[in-house]
Amino acid sequence: MSRTILHSDCNCFYASVELLHHPELRGKPVAVGGDPEARHGIVLTADYIAKRHGVKTGMALWQARQVCPDITFLPPRMDLYLRFSKMTHEIYGEYTDRQEPYGIDECWLDVTDSAGIKGDGYKVAQEISSRIKSELGITVSIGVSFNKIFAKLGSDYKKPDAITTMNKDEYQTKAWPLPVSDLLYVGSATTKKLYSMGITTIGGLAQTDEKILIGRLGKMGSILWSFANGYDDSPVKIENTSAPVKSVGNSTTTPKDMETDEDVKIVLYILAESVAARLRENGFRCRTVEISIRDKDLYHFSKQVKLKNASNITKEIAEAGYRLYKESYRLPADEYEKQQLSPELFQKPLRSIGIRGIDLVTDSFWEQLDLFTDPGFREKQMKMDDAVDVIRRRFGFYSIQRGLMYRDRILSACDAKADHTVHPHGYFG
Amino acid sequence: MESSKVYVNVMAEFTKDGRLLPRSFIWKDGQVYEIQRVTDVRRAASLKAGGVGIRYTCIVNGRESHLFYEDNNMWFVEER
Repeated sequence: MSRTILHSDCNCFYASVELLHHPELRGKPVAVGGDPEARHGIVLTADYIAKRHGVKTGMALWQARQVCPDITFLPPRMDLYLRFSKMTHEIYGEYTDRQEPYGIDECWLDVTDSAGIKGDGYKVAQEISSRIKSELGITVSIGVSFNKIFAKLGSDYKKPDAITTMNKDEYQTKAWPLPVSDLLYVGSATTKKLYSMGITTIGGLAQTDEKILIGRLGKMGSILWSFANGYDDSPVKIENTSAPVKSVGNSTTTPKDMETDEDVKIVLYILAESVAARLRENGFRCRTVEISIRDKDLYHFSKQVKLKNASNITKEIAEAGYRLYKESYRLPADEYEKQQLSPELFQKPLRSIGIRGIDLVTDSFWEQLDLFTDPGFREKQMKMDDAVDVIRRRFGFYSIQRGLMYRDRILSACDAKADHTVHPHGYFG
Repeated sequence: MESSKVYVNVMAEFTKDGRLLPRSFIWKDGQVYEIQRVTDVRRAASLKAGGVGIRYTCIVNGRESHLFYEDNNMWFVEER
């Protein structure tokens, strides 16, 4: 049976929510971006006026100011955006129980059943669009189609505040002329490969022989080929059954550069505390720890290490991360060394650092004990972490801290767990 | 342009069937305005004042005005 799938995309989500709360800025170029003081200086979302001037997501704030001198920057208010995201989901929820968020501002809806009551998918889309406009004061673009891929193409087809259908009798005229890079999962590398094969449009991809694509792109070739032909039949997941977590991680750009081992240690411990606490909260342990490092010239790399035992113990995760860092990077040990030794001996100060637990297993995962680790000691540490969790839950994050944090109050003044952000799941979950 | 969003103190009533109805509010000059009738209740955005919430369309002194119950638990009125 043919399905009716909508893909709803909130236009310039962060900027629209901010503009709603700042009526005085409407009609002016606005971008939501990090606080320049705290150096998180990139544009997260720009409104359409700023976009027309050439402001793009990911630009540094000073670059945006160059292309658009009278732009207003607003610091992001994630809690507000999450609240709006929740309110959109409440509206979607009145039409279907099958909704699958893709990031904070996009969502697939399987409205096959309510389309029958309301008439067709287009009518449902109209109703959702007008309700979001009047109840939330922001606009959405909606694509209506028979599968998720074409629904997404439809929502990108015309913006803002538009509804585009991609029905079975339309996709060859509407979707196929589009550039192949518009298709989900065709990134810059794949686009280059396809161009070298003479494939520039989605239609071109659809009409190429599947075997040739598999030869060039591997199994992704087959997937993209079926996407382009409208053979995608992946279901819209039912509410609250989002893809299982694959990793738990945290990273931060610190208010000032990390110049010594001690600085790095403070930040790594804060991040590790948040990662371990979230692992415990969700009943996971990780078997591999990965750190990512970015220096002040934005050179970036990451490293992983496998843990001996699956762990959600703060100390073990933090120590593994710190060891990795020590093996792969060289900074002065402390302030004293920094002043005494010449800077050529060391690498550049760090701008941001991240740590994540990957290769997750559940809490009840079996464990091979060995002769050289003391399970009793590990158990004690787990109990200690639990106690800290309880204290923090009751009296707040700052009620109990490691002594290390008192070495630098600027670097340690962040509650990484509460500040952590939401990233979209991959399409394949 | 000055914002036309005015937060106000509201006297409200919880009815026994669980509805929340504003009865009067105190304007910024201190004057108390009785709400004679609530003609409409719905979730809505205020583009004029900038905010979202439950919008109560109220008749005050024979004129219609919009009182919003924002989801931060504060009430505001769109200034004319």
